[in-house]
Formats: sequence, structure tokens, C-alpha cells
Amino acid sequence: MSDVRTDESDESEESEESGETGAWRPSGDRDHHRRAGELTAVELLRWGWRQLTSMRTALVLLLLLALGAIPGSVIPQSGVDALKTQNWQAAHPHLTPIYQKLSLFAVYHSPWFAAIYLLLMVSLVGCIVPRLVVYWRGYRKQPPVAPRNLTRLPDSTSYTTDEEPDAVLERAQRQLSRGNRVATGDGWVSAERGQLREAGNLLFHLSVLVVLVGFGIGSLFGYKGGVILVVGNGFSNQLTQYDDFDPGSLFDAAKMEPFCFTVHDFKVQWIDSGPRQGLARGFQAPLSYRTDCGSDPSPQLSYDLRVNHPLKIGGTQIFLIGHGYAPVITVRDAQGHRLTNGPTVFLPESSDFESFGVVKASGRQPGKDIGLEGLFYPTFAAVHGQPINVMGQLNNPTISMLAYVGDLGLNGGVSQSIYAMDKAGMTQLKKPNGKVFRVDLRPHETVQLPNGAGSVTFSGIRQWTRLQISRTPDVWLTLLGVVLALVGLLGSLFIRPRRVWVRARRRDGTTLVEVAALDRSGGGDLVPVLSSVVESLRTPSSKGQEGARG
Amino acid sequence: MSVDLGVSTATWEHLSNQAIAAAGIVYFLALVSHLVEWSALRTVPVKATARTAVPASATTGGPPSVPEAPAVEHAGPDESTRFRIAMFGNLALQLTIIAAAAHFVGLFARAEAAQRVPWGNMYEFTISGSFVVAAGYLLLRKRFGLAWMGPIVTSMVLILLMVAVLWLYAPVEPLTEALRSYWLVVHVMSAMIATGAFTLGGITSALYLVRARAERRGTMREQGYVARLPALATLDRVSYRIHAFAFPVWTFAVLISGPIWAHEAWASYWNWDPKEVCAFITWVVYAAYLHARATAGWRGRNAAILALVGVATLWFNFIGINYFSTTSQHSYASGAPAISLRDR
Ligand code: HEM
Repeated sequence: MSDVRTDESDESEESEESGETGAWRPSGDRDHHRRAGELTAVELLRWGWRQLTSMRTALVLLLLLALGAIPGSVIPQSGVDALKTQNWQAAHPHLTPIYQKLSLFAVYHSPWFAAIYLLLMVSLVGCIVPRLVVYWRGYRKQPPVAPRNLTRLPDSTSYTTDEEPDAVLERAQRQLSRGNRVATGDGWVSAERGQLREAGNLLFHLSVLVVLVGFGIGSLFGYKGGVILVVGNGFSNQLTQYDDFDPGSLFDAAKMEPFCFTVHDFKVQWIDSGPRQGLARGFQAPLSYRTDCGSDPSPQLSYDLRVNHPLKIGGTQIFLIGHGYAPVITVRDAQGHRLTNGPTVFLPESSDFESFGVVKASGRQPGKDIGLEGLFYPTFAAVHGQPINVMGQLNNPTISMLAYVGDLGLNGGVSQSIYAMDKAGMTQLKKPNGKVFRVDLRPHETVQLPNGAGSVTFSGIRQWTRLQISRTPDVWLTLLGVVLALVGLLGSLFIRPRRVWVRARRRDGTTLVEVAALDRSGGGDLVPVLSSVVESLRTPSSKGQEGARG
Repeated sequence: MSVDLGVSTATWEHLSNQAIAAAGIVYFLALVSHLVEWSALRTVPVKATARTAVPASATTGGPPSVPEAPAVEHAGPDESTRFRIAMFGNLALQLTIIAAAAHFVGLFARAEAAQRVPWGNMYEFTISGSFVVAAGYLLLRKRFGLAWMGPIVTSMVLILLMVAVLWLYAPVEPLTEALRSYWLVVHVMSAMIATGAFTLGGITSALYLVRARAERRGTMREQGYVARLPALATLDRVSYRIHAFAFPVWTFAVLISGPIWAHEAWASYWNWDPKEVCAFITWVVYAAYLHARATAGWRGRNAAILALVGVATLWFNFIGINYFSTTSQHSYASGAPAISLRDR
């Protein structure tokens, strides 16, 4: 491959071999005059450090980072989707222990992933700091002396003229000083531009560090929690009120902000026509809140919570991320005692809000628990005897559940999911003819359970909202970091550092002018640059034959 | 985006479908013209067509060694061959422009039909993404001397459109609530532009590898397509410049606008969701590509390979994750619940 950036490639070639970098991208001036066998511990350390901070290592670490991130996008992650992870683990009993040893269910918290990015960070610091120093020192330096033999450079040209060398050089200096820093010497002019590219590059790499620090703070000190709240109910910001809670490792529960709120209503805008007819579209959860619900409560405020429009209370944010129905199902035992009261949250199984739920009614005597398990249809219809749900709106709300009696195991001291029933001690109720008994009810209907086990009433329907509540300290730091990184990146990629040299000398009675250019970014096309420089140097009077090398 | 022209949704949708079909047909004609052009070129050895009027210093690795369009100034022997080459080359370009215009009309009509930006599902994302590829090619053609890319771009866009129409088509539907956000518009727009540009860069890198291999093995035929590609140095440089454009755009899409939107919609700006992870992997691979170009021993061939790995992760992210991953909140492919229930 013929390389455009011969000069630079030589530099880095050398830097890779010897660990020392050329003038443009030095990583410090270290000596490397060492004979074989003379490796002391210090030298070994130095050598190790040099390896770690070399470009090639950075590259390999970057690729490792990419590779290391892959398992997390293929294998379910317990931090992302706990349920899915459990299901996967249940389905793969042999792989699971191995995967667990390799932390493959929590890749981004695993030691080996941390090792990769920590090494990368060390490498980054080791790479950036020396370069910052060099850049700082070199910034005010004059552009370098023009190389002796300009036509040896890959991008060069020459012509002859009758003008005096000084006149040519003087013009060159004037022309090139536009947008360049210019130095002159005996018989040459040297111009340089685009030094900010390196600044951009440094800014970018420093900002990567800032982002990581910000990200680290956010995930160490922050938390994320979720709660399903039946409309009308209140919430106060304490650990016990959350359904699920995912704190950072340095999170301090005492620092949770003491707000509280109540969701008053939940409004859904349904799509009435088109292919998505019957689906939900606009959501609103009007709520009232206090920023401080302690002994000295702050005044009550209100807010219309919507998707994409979170409520901010102090540093905590509350997001509306889900909703569903909570039928109120009243279970009575044989004596007519009410065993349950209040709404039961049913979880939607599809976008039309056909929902699944479990009602657990603990009986007054042991072994007399009643359990219901089944579906809620917002708009029920029977097509050829098959129950289906037409849409998410409450046009024909119906529950269809199976009933069980026995021991729900609620007193065993083991905490149970409220969305699943332990059927080990339960027997399913059957009709006298031996067929499966179903509790099929519409609102305000009641059905008697077989064998005089009791009755079930579908008393009404409430709605619930699922709220995500999270606090990420110092998000602004991360945001600032990425924005600065982008700015630095733009500078680094689009500023083209370039050097142009002109040499003029008397030869055989005419003046030979040589022009050469060097692009350090490897992205530039120097032909137009050279021709425009030559153009600007040649006055109409200067005739002479033009010679292009090569 | 929406202009009320008193035209119904159905009409717009119909117009969009027809425009996309028309664009497909015209891309096909453009491809045919390219094939005629290049088959005519086969009869002429490369040297006979190489433009000699390279600027003053012929020594640089810079200028394309093959001119802008497969030039014919010095096309050797045959007058009619020369004419054929020029005419079909030109025709192919004109047809591509027309096709891209129709393609744009298709997108615009789709946007009007849906009353929103046209990227709510895989079909829309594919027709938009392929438009970015075509438009990028047309815009950069002159600047970077991309004429040689014509046959590849037209066939690729044609295939993408066919896939979109045959397998991905979905009728116009409104966006679900979580997807209605300005940040999402910005996010998807930049992701799409970057995807188009990375794809162009991937084509360049692939051809770099093809040409490098042919040169290494000495199997380059005088008249072949490969012999007419720009010199390796030029391919490498063009590839770098396209990637250098795409990378910051991708950075903005994946690491700025995406997280901002995610933060508004799902309460946390980075969720390690498969789609995010994959986009991050793509980002890291392209960062490695940029590094490789500055690392001894990695320049050229290895850098080009990294660029291809990058494109692979990019397209896997778009196609694969949508179909294979069910945890992704970005899922276009499945009708995810209107607002999803995560962590449950
Ligand atoms: C977090 C890890 C890193 C990321 C994401 C990253 C990303 C990038 C990107 C995107 C560029 C392209 C910008 C340009 O071409 O100027 C770049 C360039 C560069 N990086 Fe890194 N980098 C990382 C770590 C490192 C490390 C550890 C080193 C030191 C060995 C390093 C040294 C360089 C150098 C010298 C350039 C300039 C290359 C050139 O002149 O083209 N980077 N980096």
C-alpha cells in the first residue's frame, strides 16, 4: 500500500517498536538504549507501562471491550430483565452454573468486564497526560525547519523562475501566513496549521474519562425503583413502598428525598380507528404531591404525569411507564365472611390488555383458603365458543378464572409473589359433573363456588399505573462529558493539520522553487493544496518550465 | 413536517407505495445502465481510459488514479464503444437521481400519511435508511470521486427496497406514546444518517480489501471492475473520510440523543438494553477503526476489516436484535405493549 502519510507512519512505526513517539505524538522522552539482559525491575515496570500505554494496546483493549459487551446483548441480564433471566436459567440447568461463575448474567458488573475498562482507563491516562504536556510545550514552538530535500516528500512539486529566491520566499511568507503559523530561515519558509486537531483529540479522550466518572457516580450512588400504584392510592418515598428496587452499590437509603404523592386518576386516550384500533395511545395520570411529607409537610402541589414528561422532585424523577386494570374481586367463604377486599392488580399480557392475575383469599380456618387464577378481558367476546379480547377499552369487562381451595401456604413465612399461586396444597374446584369450574363474571355479578365452598363477586374495576422512580446524581456531569467529547471529536476529525514548506535557491542561472506539503490526518488530498500554493507563488512574469517529480 | 393539503391519509399512503415502487423500478433501470456501461468498459483496457490530465504533481498518493467517472477521453479503439460508455454512465446517473427523487417522494408521502416522521417500524426505517445511502452516494459522488460505486449502490438500494416492500411492509400507524418525542426524532434521524454513511464506508472498505487481494495475488485483470477502482490509497482515504463523518453522527445518536430520550421515556439514560449494547459495540468498533488507522501494522487491511466488522454489528443491530431479542424496548418487529412493563 502506498501510504499518503509516510512521514507520520514512520514516526508511529518507530514508536511502536521502541515505545518512544515522534515529535508529533510523543508519550514522553524516555531513553531506550538498553542492552539485552540488562532488564532491571524498574526497566521492566517501565517496559510494562510503555506496553500498556501504546497505541496497539489501546486498540486491543477497545476490541476486547467490544467483545466483552457481546454476551450482555445475547444472554438475558438479571439487572435488565430479572424475570427473563430466571426463565432462561430454569430452561438451561446445565449452563447456568457455568454462566454464573463467569458472571454472564451480570456482564456489566463482572470483574472481568471491569478489568477491561479499568485497563483501558489506565492506558488512556498514561497516553493522554504525557501528550498533554508535550502539546502544551509544543504549542508555542515555531513550525519546524523545512526538510533539506523537499522533492523527496511524497507530495511535492517544483518549478523554476527568473525571480530572485528572496522575492519568492518573501511572497511565500506573505501568502502562507494566512491561517498558518509561519517560520522562515535561510532559503526556506515553513508553515503549519491545524494544531487544534491535537487539542480536539486530547479533549475527546479527557471527556471520555469525564463520562466514565459521571456514569460511575450515577450508578454507584443512584437508584432505580418501580411501584405499581392503584389509582387513588398514595405513595411515600421509602424503601418499603417499592415493589422492586435496584440501588447502586454506594446508595444510602437515608438520603432518599422525603416526598409523597397520590395518583388521583388515570386517563387513556384510545385509538378508535385504523389498524391500531383499540390500542392505547395517550396517557395521563394527574397526581398531587408534597416535596416533604415529614413532620412539617410542605404545601401540596399537583402535576399531570404523562409518558415522556416525568415529574421532578428535587433530584428524583418519577416516570409513568405502564398501566393496567385492577378488578375488585370479593371472595366470601361458606359462612359468608368476606375474605378479600380491594382491587387486585392484573398484569397485561398483550397490547390489548388481556390481563392475568391471581386472587389469594386466606380462609378463617386452615385448609380453607380460596385461590383464583385467570384472565381479565376488558372487552370480552366469544368467537366460535373461544373467548377473545377485542380491545383494551372497558366495553365488556369480564373475568374468567379457575378456582382452588386448600392451603395457599401464606403462613409459611416464605414471601410469595402476589402474581403467582403456589398450588401445592390446593385442589381445583370442579362442577358436580366433573368438568372444570370457571368463575366467569361481569361486574356486579356473583357466582357460588361448588360444594358450598363460598362465593365470588366481581365488584368493580380500578386502574393502576406503574411508576418508575429514579435518582441519578450528577447526570449533568455525564452529559457535559459526552457533549465535550463530541466537540473534541469534531475538532479531531475535521481539523486537518498540515505543513507546507517552500525552498528557493539559485541554480544554473535560474531560481529553483520547491514546494512540499504534508497532511497529518491522513484524510486530506494535497494535490489542490500544492497547486494553489504554486499558483499563488508564481507571478505572471515568471516563466519557466514546471517539473513534477516522479 | 405535516402540510395540510387536504389529502387523506389513505391517498398519501397509496402515493407513498407507488412512489417507492417507481423508485425501485428506476433504480433497477439505473443498475441495468451501469451494467451496460461497465460491460462496455470491459472491452477497453484500463490504461486506455485513464485520464492523463492529472494535476501538476503526479507524485501524490492523493488524486484518484481513476478519474471521477470512468473517463473516456482516451478510450482506445472504438468510437461506438466510447459512446456507449459515456452514454450509459450518464444515463445511469440521471436514472439514479430520478429514482432517489421518487424515493424521497415516497418517504414524504409516508410521513404525510402517518402525520409524523417516517420511521415508526422496520419498513419505514429500511426505506429511509436506503434513501440515506442513495442520497449520500449522490452527494459525495463528485467530491470523493465515487462513480465506481454506482453499480453497487444501485443494486444495494434496490435489494433493500425489495426486502422492505416484500417482507417488511406495514400499513401506516400512529406511534405509540413513548415514541412521541422530539429527542426520538433527532435520535433516529442521526442514527439513520450514520447508518447510511457507515454503509457507504463499508462498501469502500470492502472494495479496498477486494482490490488489495487482487493486487497481492496479481489476479487483477486489465479490463475488470476491480482494476477500475481507485488506487488503494485513495480507497483508504475516501473510506476514512466517510467514516470520519459518520462516527460523530453515530456518537451523537447513540451516546447523546438516545440516552436523553431514554431518560425521558424510561427513567434511566442507559439501560444496557440489547439494542443499546449493540450500538455501543458498533461505536467501540469504529473507535477501534479510527485508532487502527493511526497504529503501525493495523493500517490499511486491518483497518478495512474493522470497518466491515463495524457495518456487520450495525446491521445486526438493526435486523437481528429486532427479531431475536425480546427484551429490547426498541423492538419494532413485535407489537410491544403500548407502554411496556419492564422488570416484571
Ligand atoms: C476509552 C477508550 C478510547 C476511545 C473510545 C478512543 C477513541 C478514539 C477515537 C474515536 C479517535 C479518533 C479521533 C481521531 O482520529 O483523531 C481516537 C484517536 C486517537 N486515540 Fe483514542 N480512544 C481511546 C483510548 C485511547 C488510548 C488508551 C490511547 C493511547 C494509547 C489513545 C490514543 C489515541 C491517539 C493517539 C489518537 C489519534 C489518532 C490519529 O491521529 O488519527 N486512545 N481515539
